[in-house]
Amino acid sequence: MPFLTELYAYVFYGAALVFVSGLTYKVVQYTLTPAPLKIPTTPAPTARGGVVLRMTREVVLFESLFRGNKWTWMFGWLFHFGLFLVTLRHLRYFLNPVPAFIEFIQPFGVYAGFAMMIGLAGLWARRFLVDRVRYISACADHLMLALLFLIGASGLMIHFLVHTDIVAVKTFIIGLYRFTLNPLPADPVLLFHLALVAGLMVIFPYSKLLHAPGLFFSPTRNQVDNPRERRHLVAWASRLERP
Amino acid sequence: MAKATFKVPTLCQYPQVPPVTPGTMAHSSPFLSKPEFQAPLGFPGELVENWQERAIEKMGELLTRYRSLRVYLDSCVKCGACTDKCHYFLGTQDPKNMPVGRQDLMRKVYRRYFTSAGRLFPKLVGAEDFTKEVLDDWYSYFHQCSQCRRCSVFCPYGIDTAEVSMAAREIMDAIGVGQKYCNEIIGKVYKIGNNLGLPGPALIDTLEGLEEDVFDDTGVHVRYPIDQVGAEVLFVTPSADFFAEPHVDGLIGYGKVMHESGLTWTFSSLASEAANFGLFIGSYENMRKVALRIREAAIQLKVKRIVFGECGHAWRVGYSFLNSLAGPWDFLDPRYPVPQHICEFTYDLIQQGRLTLDKSHNDDKVLTFHDSCNVARASRMGDTPGGQFEIPRAIIRATCNHFYDMDEETIRDRTFCCGGGGGLLTDDLIELRVKGAKPRMEALNNVIQEKCVTHMVAICAICKSQFTKILPFYGMEMDQVISLHQLVSNAIILTPRDDDADDDDGAQGRADDEDDAQ
Ligand code: HEM
Ligand code: SF4
Ligand code: SF4
Repeated sequence: MPFLTELYAYVFYGAALVFVSGLTYKVVQYTLTPAPLKIPTTPAPTARGGVVLRMTREVVLFESLFRGNKWTWMFGWLFHFGLFLVTLRHLRYFLNPVPAFIEFIQPFGVYAGFAMMIGLAGLWARRFLVDRVRYISACADHLMLALLFLIGASGLMIHFLVHTDIVAVKTFIIGLYRFTLNPLPADPVLLFHLALVAGLMVIFPYSKLLHAPGLFFSPTRNQVDNPRERRHLVAWASRLERP
Repeated sequence: MAKATFKVPTLCQYPQVPPVTPGTMAHSSPFLSKPEFQAPLGFPGELVENWQERAIEKMGELLTRYRSLRVYLDSCVKCGACTDKCHYFLGTQDPKNMPVGRQDLMRKVYRRYFTSAGRLFPKLVGAEDFTKEVLDDWYSYFHQCSQCRRCSVFCPYGIDTAEVSMAAREIMDAIGVGQKYCNEIIGKVYKIGNNLGLPGPALIDTLEGLEEDVFDDTGVHVRYPIDQVGAEVLFVTPSADFFAEPHVDGLIGYGKVMHESGLTWTFSSLASEAANFGLFIGSYENMRKVALRIREAAIQLKVKRIVFGECGHAWRVGYSFLNSLAGPWDFLDPRYPVPQHICEFTYDLIQQGRLTLDKSHNDDKVLTFHDSCNVARASRMGDTPGGQFEIPRAIIRATCNHFYDMDEETIRDRTFCCGGGGGLLTDDLIELRVKGAKPRMEALNNVIQEKCVTHMVAICAICKSQFTKILPFYGMEMDQVISLHQLVSNAIILTPRDDDADDDDGAQGRADDEDDAQ
């Protein structure tokens, strides 16, 4: 079915382009925007090393969220850790030969898929059950969860119920690197799964998924607490000093 | 008992998260600024004609100036972790007082004008045009945020609603919609030197009076000098310290500590105000102008060090921003941090054993301590993170026998704002101030019940004024809040100096001396 193959190939080239350029644009924008004042949420580390640790705890353990809300933390962490493992597991479709580590985590990756779904379900339930979270949820917040939920559900379906020719899928993906089109199996669930993933890539740089890069640029988290020791002055502020 | 035209919240023993009740505080807005208060700050006098265009333009400018604003408007995932953290939400139930609800007032405008998703699918992502209704909401709810940063502690990305509120106020000022309280006060600082508009001669008078009072009390000549060129230490303190209760008892304490230190020191009539309201309105330019007075005073008076009195937001600007705004401080003594907090100063003397303290002088009180939000979450004291919690407590423990902390969930970096910070300490917002104090009042009430606490110690002029005003609404006494340095003042045993026995330069009367000779 060459039409489908072609369609999906172009969709993925397009999605990858949007994803990479959109994200690069945002990261460059964040980098170029100055932070004129020292605003770390204190107590904060007084040296770089401490900040690296603080950030690591935020990224890996969601430390602040843990202090903020245990339920959201539990579901959120399940979802993200699941997503992380699932993504690692998926690398076997993208890398040839498959690294030993990726081979090793394959079985865990499947459990992680379930963890991710449980996490998503919990997060979604909060959007209906907790009045405060219901109040702040916009359409887009539900759609985002629906999108991820459907990606996860269709993925698990492919794994357990409606197997596809996974070797062919990998050949298709690897082919894309060299601009050769190898046939993509025309299984509806697979096509659905892939279409949603392309969608996710496209919306990533234009949605709240920017929280992933955003965290690294958050001045309340990434600044060193040393304002008395070191003068912190950005370009626009120093211009005020030369009237 | 204070009379209220609104329902004062009932205090519960266990903190409760109230149900969301939209619109309960929609009527709350501070008085609008007038043209004569706007002009000195460089803002248009009233709502400009093409305000919408100008506001969007200003927002665009701020987005390129402040990384915090840009990243925070993009990053919120609506996880809800912050929704039950703001004292104004807990006290009013209004969902626009949930930190994320407040941010969303700006985020919806940001999305509409600055993001592709909001331009293409406004409904889907909750983007909205900047209409007059939205502007009214901004004015109301961005003046229901005390910029206390409690929300930023719990947000997984550290989103600080204070940054958003400050930006919103700056945008509103740029289109002529200013808040009277803040802007009038900044004007007074420019014209007279302090928030209260106390002119130099009045300050000199007050300080002379204090010298007499302290001499009457103690028989020791403690000096409260002002504008003394060549003093070693410039002392910058909030102007409320000069005369209002309970602030002034703290100031008396500063003087005694300075006396014991043996250093020469001075206030300055030019920089007779530690607070910097430029912070509240988010205006870097105004904040800088206010801060530069301190630099000017330090140069004029040829001091070597700068010490700040008890004031929360002032300490934030002093500790975190002063170096950026008015530095470098290379002309001061490099052995000391610039500025230093009076608590750091007093603590050092205690550590060195240079203060003689008799704790029993405070035995008539059972104390607890209120961590001021901007000291707790936006600054530090001493060399180690968290010094801002330990140093004041160490001073309290050194000066009294009965001290109990309030519930852990409500102190240190999780402290609740007094309800009057961030430029809201004005009578036109009294309902908000009373309701916003609820979480703090609950924790206080619990230690009063369980530990028989009689007084709450604070190290911030705004906290002290706010509590003095609102404690009666909750059936407590206004004088149950006291300055930290009042405790020090009570406990300290002063060292007489040579000149105490002599007749002095006339400031003290004969009769006083006789009284003291007993
Ligand atoms: C550096 C990497 C990342 C970090 C540190 C991070 C962290 C977080 C945290 C702390 C939350 C709030 C708790 C929650 O609701 O789960 C969250 C929410 C969310 N994250 Fe991430 N995340 C990262 C990457 C990603 C990626 C790559 C995706 C998707 C492809 C993603 C999707 C989401 C979604 C959809 C939500 C909202 C969940 C809801 O609606 O409740 N995140 N993230
Ligand atoms: S900064 Fe304080 S007052 Fe403002 S939204 Fe956050 S918690 Fe509420
Ligand atoms: S905690 Fe942070 S990310 Fe979560 S809803 Fe509040 S502001 Fe948004």
